Amino acid sequence: MRIDLISENADLFVTGISMTLKLTVLSLAIGMVIALPVAVLRGMRLPVIDKVLRGYIFAFRGTPMLVQTYLIYYGLAQFEVVRDSVFWAVLKSPFNCALIAFSLNTAAYTAEILRGALEATPKGEIEAAEAIGLSPLQVLRRITIPGAFRRALPQYGNEVILMLHGSTVASVITIQDILGAGRTLNGKYYLAYEGLVTAALLYLALTFLIAAAFGLGGRKWLAHLRPAATR
Amino acid sequence: MDKIVGYGPILIGGMGVTLAVAFLSMALATLLGGVFATLSLRGSAVLRSVTTGYTTIARGVPDLVLMLLFFFGGERAINAVRAAFGLERISVSPFVIGVLTLGFIFGAFLAETFRGAYLSVPRGQVEAAQAIGLPSHRILSRIILPQMLGLALPGFTNTWLVLLKSTAIVSIVGLQDMVGLADKAGKATREPFVFMLAVILFFLALTAVSGHALHRLERRHRVGV
Repeated sequence: MRIDLISENADLFVTGISMTLKLTVLSLAIGMVIALPVAVLRGMRLPVIDKVLRGYIFAFRGTPMLVQTYLIYYGLAQFEVVRDSVFWAVLKSPFNCALIAFSLNTAAYTAEILRGALEATPKGEIEAAEAIGLSPLQVLRRITIPGAFRRALPQYGNEVILMLHGSTVASVITIQDILGAGRTLNGKYYLAYEGLVTAALLYLALTFLIAAAFGLGGRKWLAHLRPAATR
Repeated sequence: MDKIVGYGPILIGGMGVTLAVAFLSMALATLLGGVFATLSLRGSAVLRSVTTGYTTIARGVPDLVLMLLFFFGGERAINAVRAAFGLERISVSPFVIGVLTLGFIFGAFLAETFRGAYLSVPRGQVEAAQAIGLPSHRILSRIILPQMLGLALPGFTNTWLVLLKSTAIVSIVGLQDMVGLADKAGKATREPFVFMLAVILFFLALTAVSGHALHRLERRHRVGV
């Protein structure tokens, strides 16, 4: 192991870490914005919309994120309509394509996690909220959704880790994330281990951090399942 | 669109490669899962910490990173050993590396599944079996394993569905699976969308069919539970 080469090229990994974090955090944020309405709408079981949403969730959870990214990055460029449209400014960048693919992917998983958590709302909580005269929208906003977020916490922690790991797909479409930095280092000096081992350790460390953060969050918010109204 | 017809036979070959990788790595994962579940339940303190180390790496490092590490690192390590014996360099097969990596990763998930299933078999049943004098291997084969099967099935199904999608990354170390071939064909014909869409439909069909079959099996095993 040439530790000196790793420390000499530390800046490569620093930029890699910030790229990985940027991609992961932005995808999770956009994914959450999409997932919450999808989960709520699915809970309403509206005739046509429900079929469409189920199709979306099935398509994104049933296929590899690598292929989804390829479809958006390489696939869409096939069409002249796309290349001539205003969207081309967005779609020609690998970063944007990765972000779109990752966001849609994590949104599908998150929507299912949230739907499960929404459905697990104790009936008594809703009845109590109705009894004190809250409107259905108020019940949703102040009782069901906050409670669902709390119940979804452990599973969502898993999804965050999966998203971090999945973000390595970005390196395949030339983005310099942590894995990209590791591969660049290996390519530069014709190494087999150093860059990839460093990348593996960095991902491992980030995974531990996320798991620890969600563990702490769980201890705080799942300590006793008191209703959101008395928080 | 008509170009995909010409590539039909090649793509079907790619499906075969994807399926072969998936089945073989699932078999390896099941084997590793069984071994490491046993070690974590019955092993000495040292073996238990080896199991913890294994699960931590397999579940804490992204699949793509592990696969590239196994691919490039494995080749370097094998050739270092071969050079010491005066043998010439060889290149490792991406197929073998793909199966080993996926087996390694999902073995850790299955070890947890099997461990959980073992611990879910009521302790009283084992005690009852001991009381009527069944030898321990009989207790395992007649009491514990049959019930573990049903208890482990949901986790097994889940692992299989995730593994199936993970096979896509073998194309990155150069294996010509469904994804690798479709990528190549898409670039050659300048119709990448059509070919990637075909891959997506292929994966959806696989997920739907195997998910349905395994869930049916789960329902059968839940009877009487």
